[in-house]
Amino acid sequence: MAKYLGKRFVALVAIVFLVSVGAFYLVHLLPGDPTVAILGPNDTAHNKAILMAQLGLNKPLYEQYFIWAGHIFEGNFGQSYVTHQTVLSTMATAVPIDIELIVISQIIAFAIAIPLALLAARRPNKRLDRYSTTATFAGLALPPFILAPLLVLIFCVHWHIFPGPASYVPISQSLSANLNSMILPSIILAIGSIVVYFRLLRNDLIATLQEDFITMARSKGMTDRRILLKHAFRPSSVSLLASAGINIGALIAGTFVVEYLLQIPGLGYELVTAINQTDYIVVQSIVLVVAIAVVIINFIVDFLFSVVDPRIARE
Amino acid sequence: MSESAVPYEPIEATTSVSTRAAGAAVGGEGAVLTEVSGPRKHLGWFFWVCVGWIVLVILLAVFAALLPLPNPNYQNFAIPANAGPSAGHWFGVDDLSRDILSRVIYGARVSLIVGFGAMAIGLALGGVLGMIAGYRRGTVDTVVNSASYVLLAFPALVAVIAIVTFWGHQLWKITIVIGVASAPLIFRIIRAATLSYATRDFVMAAKALGASDTRILLKEILPNIMPITVSFSLIGVATIVVLEGSLAFLGLSIPGPTPSWGNMLNESRTYLNVNPWLALFPALAMFSFLLALNLVGDRLRQHFDVTEIKL
Repeated sequence: MAKYLGKRFVALVAIVFLVSVGAFYLVHLLPGDPTVAILGPNDTAHNKAILMAQLGLNKPLYEQYFIWAGHIFEGNFGQSYVTHQTVLSTMATAVPIDIELIVISQIIAFAIAIPLALLAARRPNKRLDRYSTTATFAGLALPPFILAPLLVLIFCVHWHIFPGPASYVPISQSLSANLNSMILPSIILAIGSIVVYFRLLRNDLIATLQEDFITMARSKGMTDRRILLKHAFRPSSVSLLASAGINIGALIAGTFVVEYLLQIPGLGYELVTAINQTDYIVVQSIVLVVAIAVVIINFIVDFLFSVVDPRIARE
Repeated sequence: MSESAVPYEPIEATTSVSTRAAGAAVGGEGAVLTEVSGPRKHLGWFFWVCVGWIVLVILLAVFAALLPLPNPNYQNFAIPANAGPSAGHWFGVDDLSRDILSRVIYGARVSLIVGFGAMAIGLALGGVLGMIAGYRRGTVDTVVNSASYVLLAFPALVAVIAIVTFWGHQLWKITIVIGVASAPLIFRIIRAATLSYATRDFVMAAKALGASDTRILLKEILPNIMPITVSFSLIGVATIVVLEGSLAFLGLSIPGPTPSWGNMLNESRTYLNVNPWLALFPALAMFSFLLALNLVGDRLRQHFDVTEIKL
């Protein structure tokens, strides 16, 4: 167990290192000379050299990396060229919005996927199971960027049930208005998760229901409902939670799309805005933070999973 | 990570483990349950409808120039901007009076080129490495396998957004970036498939007869992993089309005026209350195409009974 976790931790450090090198190097993919961008094309070579030294760009690349990584480690991501806000303060307002979106969407997803999977697995290949399995295929073909405009058309333009784009209200201003502006984006995000959780849980349940201990419970005269909830659901719920952890990457991609469409100032919205304003420091920082967050969340899920189910560490 | 936690676990994960007992447990429906867990032998009419639709989309995109359609970028000022469907413009026109039908058909080209192109790159990289790693095992396998885990931990859309932003938005660059990004997953699938055949008797026999490794990989193993590769590739193409679509929706893929389904959905954002058709038709095109790809891929996987492979 300790050996397994040690291995995983080494992998985690390696990934974080690689990700940071990648994010650092991104800026060097940009065409053009930064000194020309700042001083204009007609300045002397002497002035350019002075500026290079001031910016620290004359040092070797690996040294630049360690200086940059040192700053990041202190929480100093730098300052936006465009808004002159520190990147850290932008992220401090954006990250809670993403967390709220993800939490609400996951509550919706579990509330729908779990009962549906239980009902479907109870009578496999019967009407409910067939319909919901077919519906998950439709769900697979409805990524957020297709679903979002359609739902906005239906619920905001046609029926005026939810507020339209650019109506985000911070939670500090009004809780109810904030929730009202977060429900539609959360529903859009939830659809993809429902598909994943339903398919996983249904197949898992059907597999578990074929095990001998279920027959045993059955022969003792236990009711279907009790078998399903007490015996079959418990072991399946572990892999369900693990898949929720793995799903986090896809979810973050989804938040980018809904935030962009509904103009909710989360990380995805800030990222796309920064890209359009060629605000590269912000782009670099957000990419770094999101990537490392996903990697760490995966590591934690992995860790919890191996605690709950020690068989994994032995493999 | 546990193998059972992979979101797209094969539906028939457990084949006929005491089917009768299970049937009793879920209410005496043993006969029905066999169907759930066993491979499907009939592909069904809907499968062929989906195949037909994919072929039709490809044909329309390839021969778009031969169809009696206006140029997708031609602005017909005789028609008011955002006019709905009419006899002259079946899908209506967009905010710049361009024919939506023409843009949807030409827009398929971007999805198809990126989808199949990136998949081909992913197969060339991940597929070849997967076969070698799965057959040879040893150090190569350990190194590439660990690397694939590292790369898979990275959220694909974020990586693609980052690289494309700093590198450029040309079609070939986007295809390459997405292709490379999809290689680790393809590697894992092909490696697992190869592993399950690498120690079979017929491979051993070929080895004993003195066949070279290349010959064994190409003549013995490749034909056997072909069904799995094809069915997963179709699902993979759907995933890639979604990735490119998300990128285009954020305005970060091929820039306008070149039409693509994702681009059109992005442009429709501003006109949702004026011209719903602008969002509806590209959404419908993409939905039906993705549905068909996923369904065909999944049915093929069930048909070939890809149960022996634990991914």
